[in-house]
Amino acid sequence: MATLLSMEHISIAFSGNRVLQDVSFTLRAGETHLLAGENGAGKTTLMRILGGVYTDYEGSIRLDGEPVRFHSPVDAARRGVAMIHQELSLIPSMTVLDNLFLGREQCGPGGWVSFRRQQAACRQMLARVGLDLSPHTWVGDLPMSARQMLEIAKALSMDARVIVMDEPTSSLTAQEVERLFSLIAELKSEGRGIVYITHKMEEIYRISDRITVLRDGALIDTRPASDLPREELVRLMVGRELTEQFPERPSVSRADQPLLEVRDFTVPDPGGSPRPAVDGVSFTLYPGEILGIGGLQGSGATELLLGLFGALDSDPRGEVLLEGRPYRPGSPGDAISRGIACLTNDRKETGLALCLDIVANATMASLRKYSPSGIRRPGLERAAAEHASRRLNLRAASLDMPVEQLSGGNQQKVVLAKWMLSEPRLILLDEPTRGVDVGAKQEIYRLLFEWSREQMGILLITSEMPELLALSDRIMVMHRGRVTGWFTRDTATPEGVLAAAMGRVQEEMIA
Amino acid sequence: MIRKSASDGNAAGLVHLLARPSARALLALALILAVGAIFNADGAFFRWDTHRDMLRHISRFGILACGMTLVIISGGIDLAVGSVLGLTAVLSALMMIHWQWHPLVAVPVCLLIGAASGAVSGGLIARFRIQPFIATLAMMVFARGAAKYISGGRKIAQGVETPSGFQFLPLPSFFDLLNAKIFLDNVAVVTLVFLGCLALSWVVLDRLRVGRHLYAIGGNETAARLSGVPVGWTKVFAYAMSGLFAAVAGICQAAQETQGDPEAGVSYELTAIAIVVIGGTSLTGGRGGMVLTLLGTLTIGYLEKILSINAVSEAGRLMLTGAIIVSAVLFQRSRR
Repeated sequence: MATLLSMEHISIAFSGNRVLQDVSFTLRAGETHLLAGENGAGKTTLMRILGGVYTDYEGSIRLDGEPVRFHSPVDAARRGVAMIHQELSLIPSMTVLDNLFLGREQCGPGGWVSFRRQQAACRQMLARVGLDLSPHTWVGDLPMSARQMLEIAKALSMDARVIVMDEPTSSLTAQEVERLFSLIAELKSEGRGIVYITHKMEEIYRISDRITVLRDGALIDTRPASDLPREELVRLMVGRELTEQFPERPSVSRADQPLLEVRDFTVPDPGGSPRPAVDGVSFTLYPGEILGIGGLQGSGATELLLGLFGALDSDPRGEVLLEGRPYRPGSPGDAISRGIACLTNDRKETGLALCLDIVANATMASLRKYSPSGIRRPGLERAAAEHASRRLNLRAASLDMPVEQLSGGNQQKVVLAKWMLSEPRLILLDEPTRGVDVGAKQEIYRLLFEWSREQMGILLITSEMPELLALSDRIMVMHRGRVTGWFTRDTATPEGVLAAAMGRVQEEMIA
Repeated sequence: MIRKSASDGNAAGLVHLLARPSARALLALALILAVGAIFNADGAFFRWDTHRDMLRHISRFGILACGMTLVIISGGIDLAVGSVLGLTAVLSALMMIHWQWHPLVAVPVCLLIGAASGAVSGGLIARFRIQPFIATLAMMVFARGAAKYISGGRKIAQGVETPSGFQFLPLPSFFDLLNAKIFLDNVAVVTLVFLGCLALSWVVLDRLRVGRHLYAIGGNETAARLSGVPVGWTKVFAYAMSGLFAAVAGICQAAQETQGDPEAGVSYELTAIAIVVIGGTSLTGGRGGMVLTLLGTLTIGYLEKILSINAVSEAGRLMLTGAIIVSAVLFQRSRR
């Protein structure tokens, strides 16, 4: 088979952080090439370079043997590279027809849009992916699965030779998945190349011809799928040895009285899909315990945390007991007054007001304490922020600095300071070390252990396997909203956790 | 090479100084004053009368800008203030001239109606998630309609027609008081009212917990909500304050014009927004403050005054004002 695409020695760094290091990747005509790796391994980054999203990379790309360098997604699409994104790129307020021809309207002389021609072409495109829709339907009225298929139809209509599918089945029904797979077979027979990214084990072996494993931004191996059994694949994905980069977990006396009991907790999908984002999850958390939640993209772990914090629009179902008393997650305000804190996974979007100073951000969740009558005591606020920033070793020229001027690690410490000052009993942490430098990570680990010693209960989501294994007392693994595995500190292995995260239900669960 | 680094040093010092929005707003005001000193209209600019009249004229706009600042810092906008000013001007004239109500009754009623109209806008924004622009646009149209309905479309003034003939009612002494100049005719009372509103808003914004909440919501509404800030109530409060200040300005308007004109206040909201923005409060929310709004009020006030004492035609005045607003905003942004 002829080589369709080759990416050679690709490296890229974002603000000094190496994300990809000398990665080479080839795609043959008529093959499905699977990109495997944990969250943050660099799969999506590599594909964004291919798709013209990131242009500031080292290395070279050849398409049909000819060197190319794409300057934009439009440029890449024109040269025959189509991307089907996880985040859908359709505009909900426009019709199916308008979306499919957005930016490449079929125009006659003088710029007149030829609706007749577009309609005919549109019907053909829809038929190809098996969508029975009027071209004049609003995209916003379609369910997520139809939107996903539409996205695929759009990519196909560009007559692309290289098609990148990043988790295309995450919102599809079983029937649609079959349709997609037969479509992929068809595309392969036409000599197109497909790059496929998925976290679902059963899909990997159904459709891939070759598998490339990335880990920490480096190329690990490329092999035919038939030469790479499951266990070996998981081993390659996890790979690294646990080094001495974690502080020693101090032993914490375990209380008898649970801090948090969750029974059959279910959270509807925020996107409106009938499949709930969190589906009947039950667990118990003891004071002083760090319960790690493992899972890959779409596992529902984030929704579980936000649901418990009362931060979602739709009401979760299920029974929750906090310190033995019933707790109904209503709003973040209620949750905070019941002693819950929640560090979200995106500090810039949902954690900080970037234009405000450190004091304002650090005291945001506990202002009531410093102004019981409604009248502020700026001195108290400042003293509290000072106290927290000293304890967290926050490095800033002054507490009056807008947090947007701080480094990622110090910004994260401001968020941690905010929750520390709210004096929680239960703290929900979603990726507390994301985008944080090594030194700050160490400090965050020590802080978690300190909190645990203070008998605080901690629910921890992290996509970094070593972190999950080293910090958690117990690990609960989720896959597509359900719990697929339970591990203790002694039984947890990277391979076991990852296999459960990819949907293999652990034989005997210890809850 | 050496020369370059020296000039860099100076530039760095200047940049450092101008990093503070208040320094930039002050500089803009100083520039306007310098222009006034040059084009002084045969010394008119150096007389206190000129400054007193400017302050008296701009006070109503400044009062509107106080509420507008609270709303804008929370990331919103209030287009209804001009109409609410018209409505309360009509109401206060009706109550105090026609019905001879005591100001201790009439004023609180007007203030309450102003605050209620703002609370309705805020409620629509918070509860139904209507964009502030749309919700307050609706309130702007509604309040103007209410002003015309209550007044019957006519100005509420001292002269009234009764079945027995034309009657001339006395002007309430409260209107005379508001319209007076004190300290040997050196300061207009409305200017003191403006300063009072400014001080009140400063207390709200800087000294009350709700002020922190306003900044937090304007800085990042999601983060604020996730930090337990009562986002909905805080927004209702901000718009209610804006409505309250619009009512204060409406009463001043009625006093200054000795009548309640249902057409009063048309496009005043735009001047109020211009004042806030020229001061350097960010329209995206989260940044700004009352000191900036004071400087913005003075800048706009002096700009208009200087153009008028130099007998620039209204056409030229409007065009120049537009150009100056744009340059001031660009200047505010250039050092970020």
